Amino acid sequence: MTPFNVPPIHLSGIAPEITLMIAAFAVLFIGVFTNDRFNHVVQPLVATIGFGIAIYWAVVSWGIARTAELQLSNMVALDRFAIFAKVVLAAFGVLTVWTARDHLSTHHLRDFEFYALVLFCVSGMMLMAASADLIVMFIALETFSIALYVMVGYRRDELAGQESAMKYFLLGAFSSAFFLLGIALVYGATGSTNLYGTPGHPGILSFLTGSSALDVGLLLLGMAFLIVGLGFKIAAVPFHMWTPDAYQGAPSPVTGFMASATKLAAFAAILRLFDVAMYSLRWDWRPYLIGLAIASMVIGSVVALVQEDVKRILAYSSIAHAGFVLTGVIAANDAGVSSSLFYLATYGLTILGAFAVVAAIGGRGERRVRLADYRGLYHESPLLAGAMTLFLLSLAGVPITAGFVGKLVVFIAAIQAGYWWLVVVALAMSAVAAFFYIRIIVVMYMSERLEPLPEGGGPAPVVLGAAGRAVVGVTALATIFFGLIWGPLIGLAGHATLFAG
Amino acid sequence: MTSVPVEYYLALAGLMFAVGTVGVLVRRNAIVIFMFIELMLNAVNLLFVTFARMHGNLDGQVLVFFVLVVAAAEVTVGLAIIVSIFRRRASADVDDVNLLKW
Repeated sequence: MTPFNVPPIHLSGIAPEITLMIAAFAVLFIGVFTNDRFNHVVQPLVATIGFGIAIYWAVVSWGIARTAELQLSNMVALDRFAIFAKVVLAAFGVLTVWTARDHLSTHHLRDFEFYALVLFCVSGMMLMAASADLIVMFIALETFSIALYVMVGYRRDELAGQESAMKYFLLGAFSSAFFLLGIALVYGATGSTNLYGTPGHPGILSFLTGSSALDVGLLLLGMAFLIVGLGFKIAAVPFHMWTPDAYQGAPSPVTGFMASATKLAAFAAILRLFDVAMYSLRWDWRPYLIGLAIASMVIGSVVALVQEDVKRILAYSSIAHAGFVLTGVIAANDAGVSSSLFYLATYGLTILGAFAVVAAIGGRGERRVRLADYRGLYHESPLLAGAMTLFLLSLAGVPITAGFVGKLVVFIAAIQAGYWWLVVVALAMSAVAAFFYIRIIVVMYMSERLEPLPEGGGPAPVVLGAAGRAVVGVTALATIFFGLIWGPLIGLAGHATLFAG
Repeated sequence: MTSVPVEYYLALAGLMFAVGTVGVLVRRNAIVIFMFIELMLNAVNLLFVTFARMHGNLDGQVLVFFVLVVAAAEVTVGLAIIVSIFRRRASADVDDVNLLKW
């Protein structure tokens, strides 16, 4: 009888994920035994401490990851790419928790369950960024998706919230079936689900670099289905149908979280899958992704022009931004990877800030979300209007904001790879997109303020608590800071092109 | 005794997946749509088992367990969402859910 060899178990690769899981259970445990007032004060702190410890674990492994390694039977990668993504995801998580705190108390919703969901969700997203095996990638994808389905419908008594949760759920489950089919076909073609392979079992990468007998047709079909599954998560056209509805119906803090963290996690998987594992197939996957990128930029920018709801405008803008990031992925060089990461990190901070403002203006039930409701916001709250202007300028890509630097580095990477014509399309679409961002700004500054109706109707006053003010302030400062001093973050993102395998 | 060729299993799995996809696209009841999604997942499960047999390793069979667990977790959340809608509207028809447009 052959002895059973216990594989070495190192938990350093998934220490941040485990920390967040423990923090989530701590939140649930404390929440059950205490009252709502106590929870409202203490639970965001517990969640923040959890995120802080997770960031600590990720940062201390930055040095170890100089020699990128695979852990847990080569299921999880401990490399600087994963660490960069994990730290950014944890930061998004903290900002989401503090944005949601005010929003949930305005709606008289119990909040500790929400913080637990954010913790579970970010844990799954971190695992997605670190996954070195398609099984792990699928589990991670479902971990954060299932938590997100609940978060989207968190205001469960509202028709719009229910509707967006159902649409997001049905289409999400539909798309994960395609993702799973992609995994099955890749497995059928290569006989392995591992990207890098384990000793004695060649992985997908070694199949592609070696010229062993390989069913290329099956592999390409599988690759196409993987693109469908991940294209849904990044909200790329033509898999974007759910995006405006889910973004509109979800509570604004959740919308910001979806636009920032979900995109980053799914793009991390795309970068590892296509720019690393399937790099040698790049001439096969590039046409698909170029199609997605152009369609996303054009449809996202053009359809946003005719929207009247600010959350829908930002939803279509997030579709366009997925197209911009895809140009970096298509470049498939080191500059492409680092610029995509920089773009996603800065875009995430900006959009979280923008949705924090939208949540504050929306008020109870989020009734004030139409463009007309933003009329004369400057006269009502100059600081809020100023912050929103900054976020919108950054999304449009105006200089001295982070969005400009992000677009610049992504486009440079694409030009280096020879895709100057794709950059021309992207520039044209940025110009179109600038129009609807500036439209919101014009409405905020140059229109008359809406007068409250005599019978007490009209616009509700804008309420922004201390936590919300802190989130808007931090994200606004970050947007300016990375627009002026982008060097350090780009340097870190440059280090993050070190992949395992 | 001859065994059933691998191609037959692949064809069956492909057919199941196609039926599931068409079902999701044409049916209007949320619960029925959800059942078709489950059919798609099970088609993939059959694919995994077939490929595991073909390659002579166990990766595919192990994956089936993960898929089953994930599908169960998805059912829990999905049915909760559908039930909360049904309570409010007394209908699980996706055509009735039309508040958010354009």
